[in-house]
Amino acid sequence: MTSVSVKDLRLSFGQVTVLDQLNLDIQEGEFLVLLGSSGCGKSTLLNCIAGLLDITDGQIFINGRNVTWDEPKDRGIGMVFQSYALYPQMTVEKNLSFGLKVAKLPQAEIDKRVKRAAEILQIGPLLKRKPSELSGGQRQRVAIGRALVRDVDVFLFDEPLSNLDAKLRSELRVEIKRLHQSLKNTMIYVTHDQIEALTLADRIAIMKGGVIQQLADPNTIYNAPKNMFVAGFIGSPSMNFLKGEIAAAVDGKPVFVAEGVTFSLDGYRTGEPLLPGRRVVLGVRPEHVKVDEPGVAAAERHEAVVDIEEPMGADNLLWLKNAGHTMAVRTAGSRRFSPGTKVRLSFDMSLASLFDAATEERI
Amino acid sequence: MSDRGHLKKTNLAATAPASITTAGPMTGLADGPRGAKPRRMLSTRTVIVYGTLFVAAAYYLLPLYVMIVTSLKGMPEIRLGNIFAPPLEVTFEPWVKAWSSACTGLNCDGLSRGFWNSVLITVPSTVVSIAIASVNGYALSNWRFKGADAFFTILVVGAFIPYQVMIYPIVIILREIGLYGSLYGLIIVHTIFGMPILTLLFRNYFAGLPEELFKAARVDGAGFWGIYFKIMVPMSLPIFVVAMILQVTGIWNDFLMGVVFTRPEYYPMTVQLNNIVNSVQGVKEYNVNMAATILTGAVPLLVYFVSGRLFVRGIAAGAVKG
Repeated sequence: MTSVSVKDLRLSFGQVTVLDQLNLDIQEGEFLVLLGSSGCGKSTLLNCIAGLLDITDGQIFINGRNVTWDEPKDRGIGMVFQSYALYPQMTVEKNLSFGLKVAKLPQAEIDKRVKRAAEILQIGPLLKRKPSELSGGQRQRVAIGRALVRDVDVFLFDEPLSNLDAKLRSELRVEIKRLHQSLKNTMIYVTHDQIEALTLADRIAIMKGGVIQQLADPNTIYNAPKNMFVAGFIGSPSMNFLKGEIAAAVDGKPVFVAEGVTFSLDGYRTGEPLLPGRRVVLGVRPEHVKVDEPGVAAAERHEAVVDIEEPMGADNLLWLKNAGHTMAVRTAGSRRFSPGTKVRLSFDMSLASLFDAATEERI
Repeated sequence: MSDRGHLKKTNLAATAPASITTAGPMTGLADGPRGAKPRRMLSTRTVIVYGTLFVAAAYYLLPLYVMIVTSLKGMPEIRLGNIFAPPLEVTFEPWVKAWSSACTGLNCDGLSRGFWNSVLITVPSTVVSIAIASVNGYALSNWRFKGADAFFTILVVGAFIPYQVMIYPIVIILREIGLYGSLYGLIIVHTIFGMPILTLLFRNYFAGLPEELFKAARVDGAGFWGIYFKIMVPMSLPIFVVAMILQVTGIWNDFLMGVVFTRPEYYPMTVQLNNIVNSVQGVKEYNVNMAATILTGAVPLLVYFVSGRLFVRGIAAGAVKG
């Protein structure tokens, strides 16, 4: 069953249209991540769903109910903000119970819900403290608790981990995932961090300029990006892009030809015919380039020179120069290369991506 | 200085056998200053800084000193002309007279009448103007209603129009609604004149509070007044204190409005003071005048002393967040 549904959403401020003709369906219990760089409209979309922004046109449904004109409190949502947004003058307990008091719930019910949220998030000992006496991680836990006590169907997270340091971020990330696994609520999570998106999401919606570029599960997003923006946005370091064109080899099979290099496109799977002469961009992820791989046919090998080596512990990142191209390659951390070393590269074409040079869409 | 360095060197030499073996990398480095850098008490810089501060402080404190000293002298002693000399015989007679029996025209009950008038004017004007302005500022910064920008622009322009331009029209307006010459008329005038600058103050303070707090409160279901009273006001004590100080001192020290919009029986303390000091008949009683002036200025001074710390904090908080 659909939990949240956005239909033909348009949002304009005066002459500026921020979101236009936006459609999005989120299944019940799904963890959807809205991913994009700042200014892409992801937080705006979340605010529209929450009812904190009045939309210009379109409809929003939550649990089958049209909530387009409803106040935030009536939409059945709980929200967690980047800056925690805890009421500084209230204790943790009051912060958690504020919304319930406003809704005039009986005190026994309020106590029960606060106690349950405190147990789930392990903030019981902090209930009597003020937010200023908490660490960043504890504050964000309380903020999640405030959404939890509302007993809602849909959780909205607006970059909840961006204000935390790296270690806390990865800890809380796991906790949010655990929370989702045990509660099974629908969650919509806005972030600009691709690691958060890939690790948490059931599906990721990548946004740019107010438009959803691709909506798919993390694996598809990573391995079969729909266009060059998605391909370049996901993955660190970014996918290597080589501009070139398709040509026909002697045996009639298509090959990719760029300045000084030729790759067979034999293993590439696509529904479209690869017609010779088409201008394309070949995208290969750093970990899909093999270095000095034994048993590769001589025709499939390409020489390159190690420019810079970045050992990262588990991995070893190489920046290679190859006939005017720069290329990032990820190898095992145990393999070391000193700058200037000549290496032989080979690609696994079944894991590569091919884009049309003009439309930047995947072929 | 060189003496100390020398001493240290010999000290080090005495313990050398133990340390030299472990402090291998240190060998070859000359021994020199160690530990905290010594501070000189009487450098040119400190003399200039403290000298300037002292002169500035004296410049402002001297008149106050003369006022206090003069107010504690009897008239014969004042006639000697030594205005800086401390009183030979301390008397509180001038203070009592200034408060309860100095004459202004036909009334001979001193400043006390003006004091209570000023209290009756200042308290309601301050409370009402802050109450309205804070809600204005809250609505302007958090609830983007239609025409908010136009409303705000008009208000800000209002803050820069000189009072004198508006005096005559306001006299006519008050006359037409029948409040001219009463305390209520003056209270309304003060409330309105305080509105632009106070609204600006509150709007900017509220705009500096994190927007997400406001959003969180909306998700929690609080409405316009719920958010104002339960979230915004408790977070805004400093700015309320700043507004209070601005209004109390501004209204208490006001002379022009008081003299224009009220009748003699409602004159505020400042007008009363002027009438005492500037009375043309009889002997100029400098000691009474000084006491009366200090009494009039006492209320704003007290407000500053009591809430000065919060005042600074409020201004600073606004500055950092704005």
